[in-house]
Amino acid sequence: MNIGNLPFVVAALLVVFGLYTLLFKRNLIKLVIGITLIETGVNLFLVTLGYRTGGISPIYTYAPEAQQMVLPTPQALTLTSIVIGLATTALLLSFAVFVHRHYGTLDVRKVKELKG
Amino acid sequence: MRKALLFVAFLFVSAFLLLAASELKSLDPQTQTEIPRFGSPQAVTMDDYFIDHAQGEIAVNNVVTAVVFDYRGFDTLGEATVLFAAVVGVLALFRRLREDER
Amino acid sequence: MKDQGMSVIVRTITRFVYGLIIVFGFYVIMHGHLTPGGGFQGGAVVASAFALLLVAFGSAGLKGRINLHWLQSLEEVGALAFLALGFLGIGTAFFYNLFAGSGGFLFGASVPNPGHPNPGIFTAGGTVPLMNWAVGLKVMTGIAAVVIIMLVGSRKEEAE
Repeated sequence: MNIGNLPFVVAALLVVFGLYTLLFKRNLIKLVIGITLIETGVNLFLVTLGYRTGGISPIYTYAPEAQQMVLPTPQALTLTSIVIGLATTALLLSFAVFVHRHYGTLDVRKVKELKG
Repeated sequence: MRKALLFVAFLFVSAFLLLAASELKSLDPQTQTEIPRFGSPQAVTMDDYFIDHAQGEIAVNNVVTAVVFDYRGFDTLGEATVLFAAVVGVLALFRRLREDER
Repeated sequence: MKDQGMSVIVRTITRFVYGLIIVFGFYVIMHGHLTPGGGFQGGAVVASAFALLLVAFGSAGLKGRINLHWLQSLEEVGALAFLALGFLGIGTAFFYNLFAGSGGFLFGASVPNPGHPNPGIFTAGGTVPLMNWAVGLKVMTGIAAVVIIMLVGSRKEEAE
């Protein structure tokens, strides 16, 4: 149990919370929130992978002279991941609106039967 | 009964995730016990090249923007396509409603 | 059920504040190659100003003022501009930065002291600032279109 890895443990904790919401809740909107929690945990894990101790952000404008910079590639990948999470959430919420319009309820157990 | 079984399985998976996150080690066999894990990444050859040559080749000050739009431009093209597809998908799903109100 | 928006205090403060948010969003987009930010981040800031307007005034207050076809066309223009900027340097490679450091007129300056910090030169960068504007326009109008179509779609269904 290494306490120096605390940011990684927090990212894994967010994923665990999202998993709990996905498994044990019945409302459709709460399931979408669970999916968003898992994506948030994964993005945080990606960003904290590229940290160098004592480093500054990788920008040369008004930077202090001769200091180490953190890695820029995980930040670029996290940008892409956040935008894809936004696209997924928009489409999921549109489907939730349509399910409520057709069945009259948002309970996941009642919309399982394939009607009409 | 099913719910209790599901809860026990969830506890096992969450314990595995938390333990795995706290014990991340670097792949280099010599430095496994000396350096703390969070704060010392091991595969930094490509990123050191980006940091050293971004101002000379691309002439921007922001290395992250240089990586997103120039060194890794294909990923940004894929992301722009996904965003465009999502917007078109939402607009197409609500199309029947917009034709009713015209 | 008509959608009237929120109370008088919220509406008054929104009238003062939404212009400032839009200006800040454009600042983040335009200086993407010098300070933290860029196309995606600035586009999200401007789209949040639009969402603030929609929440404060309701869909009844913005009925005749937002044209959805304009928003869709601007988003398509942004996507096509980003693709065209990738094809500019096709002589060497796809996404090749043609103007950087060449001394030309379109963002062609070069950084004087590479490897060291400097106050930031605006006219440097080649195709990177142009790509920032194209992506910023795309994200702005795309998210605004999604927000307004989902609000109008669900409100209309409740009225039936």
